[in-house]
Amino acid sequence: MKLARLHTSVSFMVLIVLWEILARFSGWSRYVFPDPLTVVAGMAELIKNGTLLKHTIASLYRVTWGFYLAIVFGIPLGILLGRVTVLHRMANPLIQFLRPISPLAWIPLSMLWFGIGDRPAIFLIFLSSFFPLTVSTTIAVRNINPTYFQVAANFNFSKFETIFRLIVPAIVPEVVTALRISVTIAWLVVVAAEMIAVQSGLGYLILDSRNALRMDYVMDGMIIIGIIGLLLDTLMKRLAKIESARWGAQAR
Amino acid sequence: MAEIRLENLSKEYVNRRQRRRSRQEPNQRPGDRVLVLDRIDLEFKEGEMVCILGPSGCGKSTLLRIIAGFDRPTGGRVFIGGKEVAGPRSDSIFVFQYSGLLPWMTVAENVGLGLRHLKDSARKEDKIREYIEMVELEGFESYYPHQLSGGMQRRAELARALAVNPSLLIMDEPFSGLDFLTHMKMREEVVNMHEFLRKTTLVVTHDIDDALIMGDRIVVLSGRPATVKLQQTLDFPRPRDFERSPELSRLRSEIFLMLGVPYAV
Repeated sequence: MKLARLHTSVSFMVLIVLWEILARFSGWSRYVFPDPLTVVAGMAELIKNGTLLKHTIASLYRVTWGFYLAIVFGIPLGILLGRVTVLHRMANPLIQFLRPISPLAWIPLSMLWFGIGDRPAIFLIFLSSFFPLTVSTTIAVRNINPTYFQVAANFNFSKFETIFRLIVPAIVPEVVTALRISVTIAWLVVVAAEMIAVQSGLGYLILDSRNALRMDYVMDGMIIIGIIGLLLDTLMKRLAKIESARWGAQAR
Repeated sequence: MAEIRLENLSKEYVNRRQRRRSRQEPNQRPGDRVLVLDRIDLEFKEGEMVCILGPSGCGKSTLLRIIAGFDRPTGGRVFIGGKEVAGPRSDSIFVFQYSGLLPWMTVAENVGLGLRHLKDSARKEDKIREYIEMVELEGFESYYPHQLSGGMQRRAELARALAVNPSLLIMDEPFSGLDFLTHMKMREEVVNMHEFLRKTTLVVTHDIDDALIMGDRIVVLSGRPATVKLQQTLDFPRPRDFERSPELSRLRSEIFLMLGVPYAV
């Protein structure tokens, strides 16, 4: 365990050393390609004056909302489409048509519809997670072993029981995996959305710092985005380990 | 009460396979109607254990599924205790070929599935414990199915079925996929359980020895379309043994021959 953690940190150390070497010998100025120490100093400034915290919270706020909305609409819709073949036949082509349209392509429309502020960004994040979640849930429901539905019929499950004691637990392992993938996408999209539609968030921090020619701040923004992405992924991995999701690891 | 009557039961389905299913049906095309069960008339008495034998793919499982109400016949009717079967009921519990345990529920939760109507939780716990003890799974109550061996999974499913106190127990190849020793032990347990509880039990199997050791009666079906080829009541004392009972041995050879294996050992 400890050794594994050491191995993980080796890659980061190599990256930092390479970065330092490049910054020192590339001949670029500190303003174009800042070295690690400058970036750390910049980070300290951003933390001290509160900018970093403010922008991080703004980004996380949008991701949380967009992601929750995607869960609240996407998973029930996925269950419905997974169970009702007629609906699936009607809706699936539409979903597959909308899915490959990048959420970023929606930026102009969403700004027009929702104005400036949190809402267009939340809408974009919702779009980015909604389709993958719906599709994965649908597939998970359709892949449930038909034997389980016969067991449910045999033991007189009500509609409610069929949903909450059969379908939901049966799809938990797949849905958790889908959540893990889509939260990463959501995090990718929030940064892009903030570069255009709003005046806060880590994406805005990067854009604003570029305009001020503060490449150290730009890199600070990137580093924080990476760290939070890593934390979100770890959080989702933890979620996959909780009791009710665990049976999927070996069974099936 | 749990007397079962199959009247003129037929099942036909539309062939959707692109490739033919077997060499015996070279002219089978997609879209053709395939007759699986051909006018089957059978009766099962209350408390009887009947083993249904037949070549693979003959429609044994289809027959069980129709009796359980999972499938509808295309002709004829099924009566259980005088009432026509219209759909799955918790009065006839199906024990699935491979595990039908719900993998996200513990052994105790699975066994408790048929006891959901009990409001008194202490009584429910007692019942669950009683049936878990009956199949000797004490100590495994909080295990998930995937943590159990194949034989233990079958026993847990048996406990779940018995806990409902159904009037009919339907078992589809209950020992398939078990290793030889577990198979023998499970077989003995099912026989003991039946001696003890006297539940009407239908067992589909392709194992002739299983059928002859377990059944109060055997029914041999022909290849597709399945018709009843032989019905034989087995009045042999238990435990049964082929070596000590030449009559049973002779019957065994006869059935082997009937199912197309003339030189069975």
